[in-house]
Amino acid sequence: MSLFGFSLKPRRPKSAQMAKDRLQILLAHERGKGSTEPDYLPAMQNDILAVIRKYMKIEDNDVDIRMESKDDISSLEINIELPTHKSDAAGAKSGPKSAAR
Amino acid sequence: MTQLKEESARGRVIVITSGKGGVGKTTSAAAISAAIAKRGHKVVVIDFDVGLRNLDMIMGCERRVVFDFINVVQGDARLSQALIKDKRVETLSILPTSQTRDKDALTNEGVEKVLEELRDEFDYIICDSPAGIERGAQMAMYYADEAVVVTNPEVSSVRDSDRVLGLLASKTRRAEKGETPVKSQVLLTRHDQGRIDRGEMMTVEDVLELLAVPLLGIVPESPAVLRASNVGMPVVLDETPSSAAAAYEDAVARLLGEDVPMRIGTDKRPGLLGRFFGRSA
Ligand SMILES: Nc1ncnc2c1ncn2[C@@H]1O[C@H](COP(=O)(O)OP(=O)(O)O)[C@@H](O)[C@H]1O
Ligand SMILES: [Mg+2]
Repeated sequence: MSLFGFSLKPRRPKSAQMAKDRLQILLAHERGKGSTEPDYLPAMQNDILAVIRKYMKIEDNDVDIRMESKDDISSLEINIELPTHKSDAAGAKSGPKSAAR
Repeated sequence: MTQLKEESARGRVIVITSGKGGVGKTTSAAAISAAIAKRGHKVVVIDFDVGLRNLDMIMGCERRVVFDFINVVQGDARLSQALIKDKRVETLSILPTSQTRDKDALTNEGVEKVLEELRDEFDYIICDSPAGIERGAQMAMYYADEAVVVTNPEVSSVRDSDRVLGLLASKTRRAEKGETPVKSQVLLTRHDQGRIDRGEMMTVEDVLELLAVPLLGIVPESPAVLRASNVGMPVVLDETPSSAAAAYEDAVARLLGEDVPMRIGTDKRPGLLGRFFGRSA
């Protein structure tokens, strides 16, 4: 920033700006979530498993949770591998693999 | 008893350690992992610095962390859920640590279980140690087959490296079981030839004489390291060649058993005029 609209200092190297941008996103995320941030995910995973188990038989390994962050959007991807045997999958319409977003 | 995979076919655990903080462990863990993976080996790099997660930023995957090492150790997530696949090098994975838990979240048994699982899947398991010589650092080195002791040519760093070498020889699983000792090598980083020439900094020979272990490589002080960390890229993956990247490539060749002559690289600097009138890069 300069009073005269230009600066005598060399142009800011690109990588420094990238460092600041990355940190801005990360720190906002870490502060916002407080100190308990990552801990709810295992519990949430167990809750999701419990709900699904009310309706069908699945193994622990059949649920996969992933997070992707791009630009301004974070998405939580939950992949549930459903059993193929009709007897187990009471009323499930989805195919062997379905993704919920 | 069924013979498991042959010793040689299972992954090798290499700890990147130092005692002193800020000497370049995380930088080195990232560069070494990426350089080994570039050669086609399957590599995972683990952040052991619980509570001070940084490897994810240096590797540029900080926004992809969902589950971490601690979740896996404590049985809250499967290994496959916590491993992050690098988007640039196919054979490279990152196992981030927790930003919020304390060092006591790790247990020896838990760590061993995870490492054993990783040994089946990866050729190299690189452990980025926290600073210090306390529990966290000892946990990171305990199951190691080899150690890279990152050292700066500076009094407190050399002294701390000596302490760490002592621990590697006594407080590791290999030492306690009476097996072949952990193979320890020194990686000299932030080497500044100018300051050595002016007599301000100890020479490579000085440091090696003091520590009396083999030298893995000499990484010069280089602006490329900061630039790479800014953009979240191990320095060896940067398109612009640098002395630091070349030094890490050499060190990795030696780590994999190649005979590469030791050299001290420098970044080409513009001359005095070039510095006045040249680019601001
Ligand atoms: N060869 C090098 N040239 C210039 N700066 C370096 C070099 N190696 C490390 N650094 C810088 O030193 C600081 C500490 O490095 P880091 O790898 O985080 O150390 P540690 O993990 O041992 O605490 C960082 O700012 C890093 O950019
Ligand atoms: Mg570090």
